[in-house]
Amino acid sequence: MKAFSKMTGRVAPLDRANVDTDQIIPKQFLKSIKRTGFGDNLFDAWRFLDEGSMEKSPNERQINFNFVLNQERYQGTSILLTRSNFGCGSSREHAVWALLEYGFECVIAPSFADIFYNNCFKNGLLPIVLEEKYIEEMFTEMKRIESLGDGQVYSLMVDLPGQCVTKPDGSPISFEIKPDNKTTMLEGLDEIGTTLRMQPAIKAFEKRHKAAQPWLFS
Amino acid sequence: MSKVLSNKTLYDKIWDAHLVGQHDSGHSVLYIDRHLLHEVTSPQAFEGLVQAGRRPWRLECNIATPDHNVPTVDRQSGLQGIEDPISKLQVVTLDDNCKTFGIEQFDINDIRQGIVHVVGPEQGLTLPGMTVVCGDSHTSTHGAFGALAQGIGTSEVEHVLATQCLVQSKSKNMRIFIDGQLGKGVYAKDLIMAVIRQTGTAGGTGCTIEFCGSAIEALSMEARMTVCNMAIEAGARAGLIAVDEVTLNYVKNRPYAPKGEQWNQAVSYWQSLVSDPGASFDQEITLNASELEPQVSWGTSPELVMGISEKIPEPGDFSSPDKQELAAHSLAYMGLSAGQSISEVSLDRVFIGSCTNARIEDLRVAAEVVKGQQTSKQIKQALIVPGSGLVRQQAEAEGLHEIFKAAGFEWRDPGCSMCLAMNDDRLLPKERSVSTSNRNFEGRQGHLGRTHLVSPAMAAASALTGKITDPRKYL
Ligand code: SF4
Repeated sequence: MKAFSKMTGRVAPLDRANVDTDQIIPKQFLKSIKRTGFGDNLFDAWRFLDEGSMEKSPNERQINFNFVLNQERYQGTSILLTRSNFGCGSSREHAVWALLEYGFECVIAPSFADIFYNNCFKNGLLPIVLEEKYIEEMFTEMKRIESLGDGQVYSLMVDLPGQCVTKPDGSPISFEIKPDNKTTMLEGLDEIGTTLRMQPAIKAFEKRHKAAQPWLFS
Repeated sequence: MSKVLSNKTLYDKIWDAHLVGQHDSGHSVLYIDRHLLHEVTSPQAFEGLVQAGRRPWRLECNIATPDHNVPTVDRQSGLQGIEDPISKLQVVTLDDNCKTFGIEQFDINDIRQGIVHVVGPEQGLTLPGMTVVCGDSHTSTHGAFGALAQGIGTSEVEHVLATQCLVQSKSKNMRIFIDGQLGKGVYAKDLIMAVIRQTGTAGGTGCTIEFCGSAIEALSMEARMTVCNMAIEAGARAGLIAVDEVTLNYVKNRPYAPKGEQWNQAVSYWQSLVSDPGASFDQEITLNASELEPQVSWGTSPELVMGISEKIPEPGDFSSPDKQELAAHSLAYMGLSAGQSISEVSLDRVFIGSCTNARIEDLRVAAEVVKGQQTSKQIKQALIVPGSGLVRQQAEAEGLHEIFKAAGFEWRDPGCSMCLAMNDDRLLPKERSVSTSNRNFEGRQGHLGRTHLVSPAMAAASALTGKITDPRKYL
C-alpha cells in the first residue's frame, strides 16, 4: 500500500449526507474480478444520465453536466468534501478503489460508516473526520468562491503527521485519528506481512483455543 | 464487593476469547473461526494471495458459495445457465479458486447453495461464540447465534485467508432493549425497521449492538437473524443476541455442529455467553414492541420508515438540515408527496427474498397470506426467491410453491436476486416494488428503481392488492 504523509489538493464538494457505497460504485461494476478499472464508474448513476454497464465505454455515455464532478472547475480535484455517514451500506472495497482511481486521495466528512472507513486504511485513501461546523464553513467558502466566477480554486493542505488541514486563508484545523490508523497510513504498512510475523503468537493462540473450544477444530 | 466479579458484555467476552495480540500500530489482532466467501468480494483477495505467494492459513475454516450473481431460473443448467459472460466469469473464478486452494464450496449445482448468510446457519457452520467474517456487510446476520459476526472488505478477506486473523480496533458496546410483545401481523422485520427509524443509519456507527429484552427472547432463530441482519443498517458492523434454548435447539444436529460429548461441552461454554449483570454499555436504547404496527420504508435510506397507518412526512418534520435534505431527495426520487397515505401507492413488482427474509418461516407467512388468492393484475412480476436450495426443498415439501404459483407468483431458484439486482432480476427505471430485503438505496434494485422495504407478510398482501397493504387483514 502507498504511504500517505502530506498533500495539497483542490477540493470537490459533494453536498449530500449518507452517500452509500451503492452510489459510489453501483453493483453492475462489481462483476469485475480485478482491483482496477472502477474509476470510470465512480458515482456512475449521478455522473451519467444513461445506465452504465461494464461493456459500455465512458466515451459512449451521456454525461450529467449538473453533477458536481462533471463541472469544469472540479476537474482534477483530489480531495472530496462531503457530509455525514459517508460510505454507508455495502462492504464493497470497490468503493475505495473507485475513489482512488478517479484521483481522490482524501475524503473529508463529519462522519464515516465503519466498514468504508476501515477499507480506506487498507488502500491509502485518507478519511478525515472534522466537526460539522468546519465542514459547513468549507462548503460555504467554496460556494462563495464559486459565485465570484473568476476561476479561483479552493485548495486544502492536508498534513497527516501534524493531524492538520490548512484552509486557503492559512487557518489550520486539527483533526483526530486513532494512532493505529495513523501509523498504518504513514508507513503504508503491509498488514498481512505484519500479522504473519506474529506466526508464533497465532500458533500459540490456536493451541489454547483448541484446548478451550475443541469443537472448533474437529 | 469482591473485585473478581466480571462485568463484561457478551461482545467483550467473545472479543477477549479471540485476542491473539497487537500490531505495533496499536491495532488488535483477532482470531477468526469461520470465514464465508462468495463470488463478488473474493476474486481480488485470491489474486492478492497468489501474487504474494501465500496460502490459506487454515483451510477448513473457509467455506464458499456463489449467491450475488447467480441466475434464479434454469438452475439445472448450472454454470451454463448464466447468460451474462461477465457474471459467469465471476462464478467460474470462485470455482477455480476453491479448487486451486482446496476450499470447500457449495457450488451452483449443490442443493446446499444459497445466500451465504442463509447457508451458514442452516449448515451449523455458524456457532455461538465464534468469530465469523465474510466479505459482505450483512454478515451481521450470524450475530443472532451469539457469534461475533462482521462484514469485511476485500483486503481483509485476503488478510483472513492468509493469517486466520483480522486486524481491528475494539468497538463500543451498545444495547437495544426491547420489551413487550409483537402484535398479530407484526414481525421481526417491522421491529428492526422501527429500531433503525429511531437510531438512524449512523446511530450504531463504531458499536457492536446487543439486542435483548423479552421481545427478542420470544423470537425464533429465523426472526433473530432478520433483526441482526439489519444491524448494519443501523450503522453497526455487528449485532448480537445471547444464546438460549432457542439457539441451542436450532443448532443441534446441524451438519457442521458439534456432536456427542463435544456438543455437551460446547453447550456449557455457550451458556456462559451472556452479558454480566454489571456490564456497562456506552449507549442504550429501549423500545416497546407492543406499540408497533406493520412498518414500511418510504425513502431511499433504511431509516426513512413509517407505520402503515401514518402519512408520509414532510422534510420540515425532520430536525437537522442533513435529514431534511435526505427527506426531500427521497420524496423526489421515490415519486411521492408529503402528506400522502402510503397505502395509496401503486406497485409494479414484488420481491420476497434476500438474507433478511428468505428463510422457511418467511415463506410460510407469505404463503399463509396469499393462499387461495390471486396477485393483482397491476403487478408485473411477483418473485419468491428462497434463501437456499434447502429452504426451497423444504418449502416444496410443505407445498408452499404450489400456493405461490397458483396465486401468480414466480417460484425461483436461490440467490440474492432482486435484493441487489446483479443478475437479471431487477426493477426498470421508475418502477416501484415492495421488497423484503434490507436496502432501499437509489438504484439498489435497478437503475432509478423505487424500493419499499417491508415484511414478507406485507409484501404478500401488497401483491394481492397492487398497493402497499397492511397484512393484518389477511391473517
Ligand atoms: S441477499 Fe442482498 S443483502 Fe443479502 S447478501 Fe445478498 S445482496 Fe447482500
